[in-house]
Amino acid sequence: MSPISVEQRYRWLYKPLVHIACLAPLLLAVGGVLHASGIGTVPAWLAADLGVDPVRRLLGIAGKTTLNLLLVTLAVTPLRQLTGNAHLLRLRRTLGVYAFAYALLHFAVYVGLFQAFDWHEIVKDLYKRWYIVLGFTALLMLIPLAVTSTNAMMRRLKRRWFALHRLVYAIAFLGVCHYWIQTKKDLSQPEIYASLLTLLLGWRLWRHWRSHRRAGLPQLREEAQP
Amino acid sequence: MLIHKCDDIRPSEITSEAVYRNRRSVVAGLLGASAAVAFPGRPARAAAPVPNLKYTVNRQYQVADPLNTWEEITGYNNYYELGTSKTDPAANAGTLKPRPWTVEIAGECEVRGRFNLEDILKPHPLEERVYRLRCVEAWSMVIPWTGFPMKDFLAAFKPNSKAKYVEFTTLHDPRQLPGQLDNVLEWPYVEGLRIDEATHPLAFMVVGVYGRELPGQNGAPLRTMAPWKYGFKNGKSIVKVRFTEKQPANTWAIANAREYGFYANVNPTVDHPRWSQATERRIGGGLFAKRVPTQMFNGYADQVAGMYAGMDLRRYF
Repeated sequence: MSPISVEQRYRWLYKPLVHIACLAPLLLAVGGVLHASGIGTVPAWLAADLGVDPVRRLLGIAGKTTLNLLLVTLAVTPLRQLTGNAHLLRLRRTLGVYAFAYALLHFAVYVGLFQAFDWHEIVKDLYKRWYIVLGFTALLMLIPLAVTSTNAMMRRLKRRWFALHRLVYAIAFLGVCHYWIQTKKDLSQPEIYASLLTLLLGWRLWRHWRSHRRAGLPQLREEAQP
Repeated sequence: MLIHKCDDIRPSEITSEAVYRNRRSVVAGLLGASAAVAFPGRPARAAAPVPNLKYTVNRQYQVADPLNTWEEITGYNNYYELGTSKTDPAANAGTLKPRPWTVEIAGECEVRGRFNLEDILKPHPLEERVYRLRCVEAWSMVIPWTGFPMKDFLAAFKPNSKAKYVEFTTLHDPRQLPGQLDNVLEWPYVEGLRIDEATHPLAFMVVGVYGRELPGQNGAPLRTMAPWKYGFKNGKSIVKVRFTEKQPANTWAIANAREYGFYANVNPTVDHPRWSQATERRIGGGLFAKRVPTQMFNGYADQVAGMYAGMDLRRYF
């Protein structure tokens, strides 16, 4: 009988923690809405400060959480390659599905609160404003990824699943562009996201390029043989 | 003299004497409802701090929409010299010392030199005007400013015939305005108006809000207000007023000439290159408020449109 791995032993602990961490921004946002509306008594630590422009703040919370989760999913492979620990892979699907959920929330706040269901203005935005076009495209691209996130889908698609899910690179890039383009002047936050994304995608590019070089050089191939 | 008739005021908007005399107990009763971000139409004036300036209310300049609260007006600001987030200025305004304050008057005028703020303000009785403020970012507020006409302010310095524009310069001192250590914009902040705009009856020199001296984050101790233009046209913490022959180079146009011009008249038909200007979000409207359609010249078209007759507003934005 194979020994129980550390990961398996503590799964009962870290899995719920991951869900709590992913749900925290949503809970704080809901708490903030209830607190600001005077509905019920919400303790201060459970309520995000929505300020005097709550709709904008809610858009920001949902949008930044989407980007944060996308970046974490992109960090899983580099971390696995650095630490040799494959357990992080189990988390990636959870994080990815939450990223999609927050992207939907972000879009729902935009349609329902920011534009207050003004379909005329929404349609104009969707084809006139570059940052909205890019953001909406990223959201649309997330849909097939969310739909094929199940084990059954992975079995059905096999190699094509990996090709499809590489779309996350484009999605993350479009998401950062969406944030960058709409920023009025102070680009310090979008720059941080862009730097992290460059790091995470650059890592993959470097690994890919290095393994191709390795395959091509005869002396390295000889070294690789036991 | 043409007296502009303003029929915006409803009798229900005029504070009854009983409420006025008991305003402190009214405030105490309202503290329970103070967290009502989600509910518009809350009694903002009764909840504002007690005035510390002597002023009269100018009934000619009122707005039908509800006033924004003191918290909103002093807690949501674009003042990059004190930080680039909306809440930074209120948090960082402690370093700004509005007294002692001198204003330099220069350029094409007879009365030039450095003057104490008190001496400059002395001849001008204060009045309150309620103006709409429309930011280029597509949000807006309704604010009861305390000040006096810019026309009177400028006339005291006797500008000569070469004065075609007025340039307003903000304080440049990173010890007082630590955001200036960061070069997000070129400092000092410079803005300007054409001389007919600056001497228009609507143009206002502001020293207070809700009858209270301006807090640092709102541009203490002296700022301008041209309500038919986007908010960035209004310089805060003014230290220099210069009459010029040539159009001043205003800071936002220097930062990005494609997106920000000199005239910056509120115009729902001319979009910002990256976002629409057709609608705006009224701060304090709450979570479920619909966006407000932006009005030409921020609703002051009948008073100011004449200055721009024949001008291509798409080119001179």
